[in-house]
Amino acid sequence: MAALINVPAKAKRGDIIEIRTLTSHIMETGFRHTADGALVPRDIITSFTCRYNGTEIFRADLFPAIAANPYLSFFTVAKESGKFEFEWIGDNGYASTASAPITVE
Amino acid sequence: MRTTRRQFLSLAGGVTIAGTVPIVTLRPLQATPAMLNTAIRNIVGEAQIRTGKVKLDIPPLVENGNTVPMTISVASPMTASDYVKSIHIFNEKNPQPNIGNFYLGPAAGRAQVSTRIRLADTQKVVAIARLSDDTFWQVTTEIVVTLAACTEEMN
Repeated sequence: MAALINVPAKAKRGDIIEIRTLTSHIMETGFRHTADGALVPRDIITSFTCRYNGTEIFRADLFPAIAANPYLSFFTVAKESGKFEFEWIGDNGYASTASAPITVE
Repeated sequence: MRTTRRQFLSLAGGVTIAGTVPIVTLRPLQATPAMLNTAIRNIVGEAQIRTGKVKLDIPPLVENGNTVPMTISVASPMTASDYVKSIHIFNEKNPQPNIGNFYLGPAAGRAQVSTRIRLADTQKVVAIARLSDDTFWQVTTEIVVTLAACTEEMN
């Protein structure tokens, strides 16, 4: 699935950098009904993880109260060149990954 | 001893009054703070929650509850010995009290998380941060929502 990742391509060692992620997902709450009164089953992303060269730096548990197309922004210290890996896991076996490289000088 | 009608009635009246008083005094001020409290206690346990350190940046008046931008930041040096372990966001009147749990560490550098949330009604949003010394700090914000999210019909 489509994901938008915003990580600075270059950073100085020790800089605090912002990582912004946006992924496309309906985040169906499981509390809505159709016009005929049938409950629309829940379909959300329940977990997000970000790893920096294999080490987990940020994790989130998401609930139906997170808006559709979940946006998350968080910070980390640029330590070494390498890559960030992102993983979204959700209902009905949903799994999606993305990655972004970084050069640390 | 025979019970007279008068005695019986005064006794029954006394029981009724005794029975109603605690129910009235225990009645909660808001719709479902019990659910909110349970959700908070599930995370915090018996620990004391102090007010402060946490900042919740969210518009006070929201036109569309389907997507409300929100930024949570915690005043912390984010060093190896003093950092924010996790941030937990709760609401009062959505169908579910949880919004999200965010786990950070000393590598974060800055204890700040942004996301977009749904709000079903005008209500309180509570953010609780757990620090590395296992103390809990919270902030509560009131938000007015004009168009609710979550429970509308699908077209």
